[in-house]
Amino acid sequence: MSVQVTLATAARILRQLRHDRRTVALILVVPTLLLTLLRFMFDAQPATFDRIALVMLGVFPFTMMFLLTSVAMLRERTSGTLERLLTTPIGKLDILLGYGLAFAVAAALQAAVASALAFWLLGLDTTGNPWLVGVIVVGNAVLGMALGLFVSAFARSEFQAVQFMPAVVLPQVLLCGLFVPREQMVGWLQAISDVLPMSYAVEALTEVGANAAATSLMWRDLAIIVAAAVIALMLGAATLRRRSP
Amino acid sequence: MDTAIEVHGLVVDRGGRPVLHGLDFAVRRGSVTGLLGPNGSGKTTLMRCVVGVQKVRAGTVTVLGEPAGAPALRQRVGYVTQAPSVYADLTVRENARYFAALYRLPRSAGDEAVRDVGLSDVAGQLVTALSGGERARASLACALLSRPELLVLDEPTVGQDPVVRQDLWRRFHALAESGTTLLVSSHVLDEAGRCDRLLLIRDGRLVADDTPDAVRRAAGASDLETAFLRIVQGEPRGPQTREAV
Repeated sequence: MSVQVTLATAARILRQLRHDRRTVALILVVPTLLLTLLRFMFDAQPATFDRIALVMLGVFPFTMMFLLTSVAMLRERTSGTLERLLTTPIGKLDILLGYGLAFAVAAALQAAVASALAFWLLGLDTTGNPWLVGVIVVGNAVLGMALGLFVSAFARSEFQAVQFMPAVVLPQVLLCGLFVPREQMVGWLQAISDVLPMSYAVEALTEVGANAAATSLMWRDLAIIVAAAVIALMLGAATLRRRSP
Repeated sequence: MDTAIEVHGLVVDRGGRPVLHGLDFAVRRGSVTGLLGPNGSGKTTLMRCVVGVQKVRAGTVTVLGEPAGAPALRQRVGYVTQAPSVYADLTVRENARYFAALYRLPRSAGDEAVRDVGLSDVAGQLVTALSGGERARASLACALLSRPELLVLDEPTVGQDPVVRQDLWRRFHALAESGTTLLVSSHVLDEAGRCDRLLLIRDGRLVADDTPDAVRRAAGASDLETAFLRIVQGEPRGPQTREAV
C-alpha cells in the first residue's frame, strides 16, 4: 500500500468524474430537488418535514454513491483496466481506498450542497448541530460507496449492477424506521432492521434532530456505520483477484 | 542468466476444458519472440500465464528468475491486452500520467511515452474520441513508460496502418537491442518474419519453436504464410523442426 498511489488513484477517479459533467450535475442537483419537493409536500407540517428531510439527507447520498461506485467499479472490471491495474505494483487497498477517497469527496460535496439548501433555504430545523448531520451523511455515503464496490463483484453487466440498487438499498430504506418506527415492527422484521446499517444512520440523524448535544447513542451509531463501511471494503478487497480462471 | 521466460509442462483449463496441454519452451533475454496460432489456439491464455493473471492447473512458468506473477515482477513486466485497457473517459495524457504514478514515476515519464507512440497531437483528447489504432497505442504507451524488462504484447499492431506498424516494429527491435525481452502475439504473418524466434501453437500445443527461416524451411514453404497454414493444418513437416525443438 502506498499513500502516493492511493492519492493518484483517487485523483484519477475524480478526473474521470469531472469529464462527465452531466453526472456531476446530477450528483449535486438531484438531492436538492428532491428535498425541495419534500418541503412543499409538507408545507403545512414543518415538524414532519424536519423528520423526513433529515432522514432523506442520509438516504440520498447513500443511494447515489452506491449506484455510482457499483457501476464505476463494474466498468473497471469489464473494460480490462482492473486486470491491468493488478499487473502493476498497485496494492488492492490502494484501489479500494482510492475509490473510497474519491467518492467520499463527491459525497461530501453532495452532502454540503444538499444540507446547505435544506438548512438555509428550506428551513430544516434540528435541535443538534448541522455539522453533525454533515458528518453522519458523509459517513453514510461512504458506506453506500463501500457496499457498491462490494456488490459490483456479483454483477456481470451494468444492467445487473443497477438492479442491485433496489435489492440492497430499498430494504434498508423500508426498514430503517422512516415508515414504521423500528420498535413497532414484528420481532423478525426488527431483527432484520437491526443488521441493516442504514437503521443506524437514521437513528444517528434522529438523535441529532432531537438533542442539542451529541449523544452517546449517536456516536455509537456513527461507529457502527464506519465499521460497516470498513467491513464492506474488506469484503470488496476479497473480490479483487490477481489471478482468474 | 539469459533466459527471460521458462515454461515447463504448462497445463491450463478454462471454462472446464483444457486450453493448454503441457507446454515447454524458453525465451531468451533481449529477443523478440512472436507467438502465432489460429484464433482460439491459446495465445492469450499463454500470455496471461506469463504475466501471472491466469490460474494454472499444472506446470511452472518462471519469468526473469521468479515465479510468474510474483509481486517483485510487477515493476519489471509490462502487459498490453488485446482490447486496449485504458480509461476511455480520461485523456491520453491523463491515462499515461496515472500509470506513471502507479510505478512511482514522474508525470514526465507518462508524457514521454505518449510522445514515443506518436500520440502527442491527441494527448489532450479523451480516449473515447480516438480511433481504434490510436487507442491501442495509448494502451501501449501505458506499458512502455515503466521501461519493463519483459514486455508482453497481445496483438499490438491490430488496426494500425502500415506506417505505424513499421514504426512500432522498429521500436520493438530498438527495445530488444537495449536488453528488453518482447513476447508479441500477432496475426500478421509478414510481421512474424521480423521476430528473432517464433512460437507456433495449435489447439493448445506447441507445434513449432524456431527462427522464422527454420520454420519456413521445415514446412518446405517459401513464405511464412504458407508455412503457417501447412503447420496449422497439420500437414507433414520436414525433420528440421523436430531437431530444433
